[in-house]
Amino acid sequence: MVDWLKRREGVWLFVHSPAAIVAAIVALAIILGAVFAPWIAQVDPYDLSSFSLFDGLLPPVWEDGANPKYLLGTDDQGRDMISSILYGARLSLVIGISALTIAAVLGVGLGLAAGFYGGRFDAVVMRIADVQLALPAILTALLIDGIARGVLPASVQADLRVAVLTLAIALSLWVNFARTARASTFVQMQKEYVQAAIMMGQRPVRIMFVHILPNILGPLLVIMTVDLASAILLEATLSFLGIGLPADSPSLGTLIRIGMQFLLSGEWWILWIPTLFLVALVVSINILGDFLRDVFNPRLR
Amino acid sequence: MVYFILKRLVQSVFVMLAVAFLAFSLFRFVGDPVSQMTGVETSVADQEKLRDDLGLNDPFVVQFYRFTTDLLQGDFGFSYRTRQPVADMIADRIPATLELGIVALLISLIVGIPAGVYTALRPRGVATQAILMTTLVGVSIPTFVIGIMLIFIFGVQLGWLPTFGRSGTVQIGGWESSLFTIEGWRSLLLPAITLGVYQLTLTMRLVRAEMMEVMRSDYIRFGMARGVPMGRLHYRHALANTMVPVITIIGLQFGGVIAFSIVTESVFQWPGMGLLFLESIRFVDIPVMGVYLVVIAFFFVLVNLVVDLLYVAIDPRLRVRDV
Amino acid sequence: MLVIKDLAVKFPSRFGDFTAIEDVDMVIRPGEIHGLVGESGAGKSTVGAAVIGLLSSPGYIAGGEISLGDTDLRTLTPSEAHAVRGDRISMIFQDPQTSLNPLMTIEDQLIETIQAHSDVTHAEALKRAVDLLEEIGIKDAAKRIKAYPHQFSGGMRQRVVIALAICTDPELIIADEPTTALDVAVQSQVLDLIKRLARDRDIAFMLITHDIGVIAQVADRVTVMRHGKVMESGETRQVLGAPEHPYTRALMDAVPPLDRRIDRFRVPEEAPIAGDGPTGNLAEDWLLEGQRSDLLGLKLTDLTVTFAAPRTSIFRKPDPYVALDNVSLTVRPGTIMGLVGESGSGKSTLAKAITGLVSPASGEMRLGDAELPYGKTRSRYHPSRQLIQMVFQDPYSSLNSRHRIGDILEEPLWFYGFVTERAERRRLAAAMLELVGMAPDAIDKYPHQFSGGQRQRIAVARALLARPRFLICDEPTSALDVSIQAEILNLLKDLQSTFGLTILFISHNLAVVRQMADDTAVLRAGRIEEVSSTENLYENPQADYTRSLLSLTPVMPKDWVARGS
Repeated sequence: MVDWLKRREGVWLFVHSPAAIVAAIVALAIILGAVFAPWIAQVDPYDLSSFSLFDGLLPPVWEDGANPKYLLGTDDQGRDMISSILYGARLSLVIGISALTIAAVLGVGLGLAAGFYGGRFDAVVMRIADVQLALPAILTALLIDGIARGVLPASVQADLRVAVLTLAIALSLWVNFARTARASTFVQMQKEYVQAAIMMGQRPVRIMFVHILPNILGPLLVIMTVDLASAILLEATLSFLGIGLPADSPSLGTLIRIGMQFLLSGEWWILWIPTLFLVALVVSINILGDFLRDVFNPRLR
Repeated sequence: MVYFILKRLVQSVFVMLAVAFLAFSLFRFVGDPVSQMTGVETSVADQEKLRDDLGLNDPFVVQFYRFTTDLLQGDFGFSYRTRQPVADMIADRIPATLELGIVALLISLIVGIPAGVYTALRPRGVATQAILMTTLVGVSIPTFVIGIMLIFIFGVQLGWLPTFGRSGTVQIGGWESSLFTIEGWRSLLLPAITLGVYQLTLTMRLVRAEMMEVMRSDYIRFGMARGVPMGRLHYRHALANTMVPVITIIGLQFGGVIAFSIVTESVFQWPGMGLLFLESIRFVDIPVMGVYLVVIAFFFVLVNLVVDLLYVAIDPRLRVRDV
Repeated sequence: MLVIKDLAVKFPSRFGDFTAIEDVDMVIRPGEIHGLVGESGAGKSTVGAAVIGLLSSPGYIAGGEISLGDTDLRTLTPSEAHAVRGDRISMIFQDPQTSLNPLMTIEDQLIETIQAHSDVTHAEALKRAVDLLEEIGIKDAAKRIKAYPHQFSGGMRQRVVIALAICTDPELIIADEPTTALDVAVQSQVLDLIKRLARDRDIAFMLITHDIGVIAQVADRVTVMRHGKVMESGETRQVLGAPEHPYTRALMDAVPPLDRRIDRFRVPEEAPIAGDGPTGNLAEDWLLEGQRSDLLGLKLTDLTVTFAAPRTSIFRKPDPYVALDNVSLTVRPGTIMGLVGESGSGKSTLAKAITGLVSPASGEMRLGDAELPYGKTRSRYHPSRQLIQMVFQDPYSSLNSRHRIGDILEEPLWFYGFVTERAERRRLAAAMLELVGMAPDAIDKYPHQFSGGQRQRIAVARALLARPRFLICDEPTSALDVSIQAEILNLLKDLQSTFGLTILFISHNLAVVRQMADDTAVLRAGRIEEVSSTENLYENPQADYTRSLLSLTPVMPKDWVARGS
């Protein structure tokens, strides 16, 4: 009954929550735009021949001196802002989602096993998580980046930037998944259906993934949404600090860093339009995460 | 109770050792210290001698032991980049970062806790919905964007506050403080707000969630049933019980404050440890990176020990044994 | 005097208003203990919450009158209502563990309550508080009042809760299941206290409970509720002894008596049991085919189970907590052994040791002729994992809510390698559902689509599909209403006699065990106090502990029954 209501409640709540609907539309629009960027964007920001300096620093269409060809204006290189943003969002999302996937697989696996086996294994995993907590996300990411700079030869560094960045973000996010999965698994371990499965002599892997995992998906889904937002923010922050992606393959964070140079000059759109897109994307994802939290934990409503 | 604290101490030592190990591995395996310290013209024999002098040919365990004992004695080695003692470089930067972090944390607590209480007690109010929406946007704006916006509004447009750097500092017993002059506060304000906003939203949401949970508990309902005045019920009963879990999380958040101070310091060119760390990453200055890690972990562990003590002070279940 | 007339409470929801109670009438005079009894969902707690003005949001009083003396409680402003709470009406909650603020001393909580309602100094309030605690049976109150709630045992804590409820001399106290979380001995003390307070202080009690025995023991008058409506009301002896309403009659039929054994409970809508229709026969034949082997008994010798106690000192390893202390017990093949004990007596630990979930420290366990290895060393393929099956206490947690009933039931069939073909498994699972009295189409549904009683039937079906020879039932009915309990007990009895199962039946409820068991063992603090044939143990208890358990369990006096049938 509870489950059935929850499912129907979810739909009902969604239809009656304007914030969630708007957030879903915005997030979907940006994500679709990013996915289909190569087909939608009129210029390829990675291809120097597709834009020209003569079109540089054009303002958005509603300002004087705009070229209607570039709806949101151009940057100093003459790149169309919309195209840059779509490609940037594409890169941000690819990194964010891959990092999230790695973090989820690693964290949920370890958390499930820690909750299931308990004892020493649990203690070791949790102590590692403690260390990870003492070195928060940005620090971990910066550190991995620093190590990569020290270890990898300069020639491959540029090629591996995306991979290093993804790994850095993934490693800083796994703790959230591990802690949530462990706590939820502990709750499930007290349930009699798990005891029944253990008594039967079922394999631990089957108990963990067939019996327990489906029962803890709710809280994990919430973490996943919230952490996707974190991953995108983290990538933007690292790129902003000049440690993420270089200017020739800009993510949203890189675009903002480039835009910073125009903070004091008149070309406000180069800074604020990518910023607006980034914030809109993250706010939407967070609103959806909040909404999911309400659905799974109605007591906080 | 003594056992509880001792257990936490042992765990802290473990965390510190692990971080020291991390720093040591960085130092030992990322790049070759000898080639960092010598030029191309140094002969292989000289390099080998240096290697021996530095003890790099000793067994791993011996090297790690030496590394940790050196750390404990305050010998942090030398920077590859500036050739200065790392201890001095870090010590110079600590006051700036700590003052920034503490002021930011205070902002987040002073605003976050009352806001959390308010929104928990009036879950359906219009103001509550507005606050919740604002904080949701608050967690979604990257720290650096908040910094840029504040600079743009208060520094560029209004021209009220300085846009970067730390000024108006006073030397107090070797501690360079910006808390004693108007000028110092003026330069501290924007970075501290920038750093505090994110923590504030987290604190508020946490207090709200815990408080709502407590308000549903049997002892609050029993308090209502026997007519305990509402104000007393909210603040003496509910808030005290809310603070037990909240304090723990705030301790953990301290790590976040330090981490985000890197970003804030970068945006405002605030001369703290974070900025130093960023520079050391750019130049692969391994000793500085390693020591920064150890220092940060030390602060984190220290704060969490204090939190444990607070925990004992608040919760009688940890203090008083069963009769 | 509390007067309730035509009371209705509604909970608005998006599917329209849900009526929790309606047309409720009740009068409680000063000094009267008025029992309010009913099964889950009857709305009895809602009546109490409406009277004290603490209906959980968004519930509201849709109509009717509630008045206490001359005061119309419905017309009070929120702040007036808050002033009445504690001063004139107070409440006692079910769980003393959670009813007290853990961070404040008993003294602070008592004094703040006294001072909230009367203008007295701190010293006067303290004196009143100490006197009250003494009166209520807390010795050395002047010292113990400084303690925090966690320093009191469960029974003492409930006394503190009662002290808090009466420290302002209210006219009416609403007691919502005040003894449900307590053991028999403590329950009887608390009930005596309530009786004394009603008599000496002329307090009116609304005693909300599901336990007919408790009502019979202390209530002067009783109101029986079902589905939000009053079924019957009157003097306790009259209502329970000679019920007029068919529902009350059925309810009384379902209550297991402590003083005699009845073969079957009379259940109004008797579910079809055992082999009605061709498919049910399929399951029955399949099970009987598996029963060709001999009946299996269980023999425990000197079984000891210990747990590591939480460490509190660095210098001393804490003494392990002994959950079971040299327990020896023989369950004869083909019989039901009842195991009785209060919470913490170790009865669930015993079940876990047998099923291999915990490892004993020493002792021997034998199933039939074969020795049962300890949990840690018992292989996943050990035959006992199939021969021993378990029916759990909580039907809401014993079925995986994310799996369909079909998958849950088929699991033992393929896992133990009984049936390899999928279609055949499904047929058998459906047949087994029918055997336990469920519609076979349940197979495609999820657990949440069933009630507690139906789920317990599914859990029984799952256990049977492993073709067990030994069944452990750990409090199988304690989460269920009495009428459902009667059905499940009937089912278990039928299955046991048809398929020759050996059963270990664990319960805290003496009356239920008497109905089920051939032999009974009494467990207390990890030790067996007494084992004997059930008839002998109940009629002629040897151990003092057994005697006190039997005498303290609240029951309806025999001479109340005036039924011919």
